[in-house]
Amino acid sequence: MQQILNFIFKNSILLLFLLLLGISLSLTIQSHSYHKSKFINSANAVSGYTYQNISDAEDYFSLKKQNEKLATENARLKELLYNKKDTLLKPNINFPDTGGNFDVIQSKVISNSYNVHENYLTINTGNKKGVNPDMGVVSNRGVVGIVDNTSANYATVISMLNLKFKLSAKVKGSNHYGFLVWDGKNAGYMQLIDIPRLAKLKTGDTIVTGGRSVIFPENIPVGKIDKIFIDDQTNYYTLNVRLFNDMTSLSHVYIIANKDKEEITELEKTTKKNE
Amino acid sequence: MNSTIVVNIARFIILLLLQVVVFNRIDLFGVADPYPYILFILLFPVNGNRALLLLSAFFIGLFNDMFLNTGGAHAAACITLAYLRPYIFKISFGVSYEYQTISIAGKLTTERFSFILTSVVIHHIILYLLEIFRFSLIADVLIRTLLSTVLTLIFCIVIIHLTKPVKR
Repeated sequence: MQQILNFIFKNSILLLFLLLLGISLSLTIQSHSYHKSKFINSANAVSGYTYQNISDAEDYFSLKKQNEKLATENARLKELLYNKKDTLLKPNINFPDTGGNFDVIQSKVISNSYNVHENYLTINTGNKKGVNPDMGVVSNRGVVGIVDNTSANYATVISMLNLKFKLSAKVKGSNHYGFLVWDGKNAGYMQLIDIPRLAKLKTGDTIVTGGRSVIFPENIPVGKIDKIFIDDQTNYYTLNVRLFNDMTSLSHVYIIANKDKEEITELEKTTKKNE
Repeated sequence: MNSTIVVNIARFIILLLLQVVVFNRIDLFGVADPYPYILFILLFPVNGNRALLLLSAFFIGLFNDMFLNTGGAHAAACITLAYLRPYIFKISFGVSYEYQTISIAGKLTTERFSFILTSVVIHHIILYLLEIFRFSLIADVLIRTLLSTVLTLIFCIVIIHLTKPVKR
């Protein structure tokens, strides 16, 4: 017993170091796995408050830019209103009527990262306004990300620019689905993989969300095809997609809550169980 | 002694705030990010309590993880640096560092420079290994470590020079 105590006293610094290292390593590993939410994240009162204040201060300097953005958006909406017939021709930016049951919650980005491999956004709405994990986030120009963690007043969002991000998407007007992923290189481009060779594609075609997930409604714009490759290993198409959204400058975003989500997931669960 | 505690607590808060508000927004060429908050660990009293250093390094790292959504990468890098600090002292200042009164803040000598450089490299390589966490991206880890080290080093030296205590 004496010897054990002596050992502990002698190596207390080393033991403390190993303990703390163990804690931080387990937090790191946990943060890299997709299905677990993070324990340490920026959706909490302290960092939320700080980011909110920084963002408020910055807003003063970008008022002009934001006004211009809103004016452009306004002009586009007016155009849609005045030319009602055209609505069907260019629904690519509007929320399409998919017959789903979606709620839209308005929110604002208070912190945005885009220069690392696992990027996250922090937004200033949380549980109180009905934001929950796994809800879709879009801006007026297209998909932004998926809600990851929430607190009472804030939430973190997995940005599209995150190696963990994966979204079912399709070429607009067809039913050829693929997965939208990011290769971690350029903040302006993402990759659509696993598009079958049968698909008729050309550069410039619009990529939209597929209706297969419960997170996003169908036909929300993502970007347009920039380059077309053929994957050597799988013999499927890999498309380089130029994003409509400028992920480096995001401000007002909308959170899409699928009211039927619970019902759908419940149904899928029971189906899987029965198999 | 009391003033040392106050100075270190103030340093903890100010460096953390500066990191969150200013330095996290600096992003050179999309790969280089400065992390001068590790000055807190470097400037901790040379003969101060090691357990206290480890714990405070853990928390300053964890706060950064919280703001940057990096899990525990900063915390791990910080406590490793805090744990290895005496050995880095030994390498940079010679074996008898404990008997001399060395201070990191002051005129930039070769010893001080090599101490700061070694510390920054150790911190950054662990940080980027854990933050990126994919063997396929090892080249990216090295590039980011290299460029960020240069940037952090410059900021550290500038901050030390700006806050150098005035000699009376």
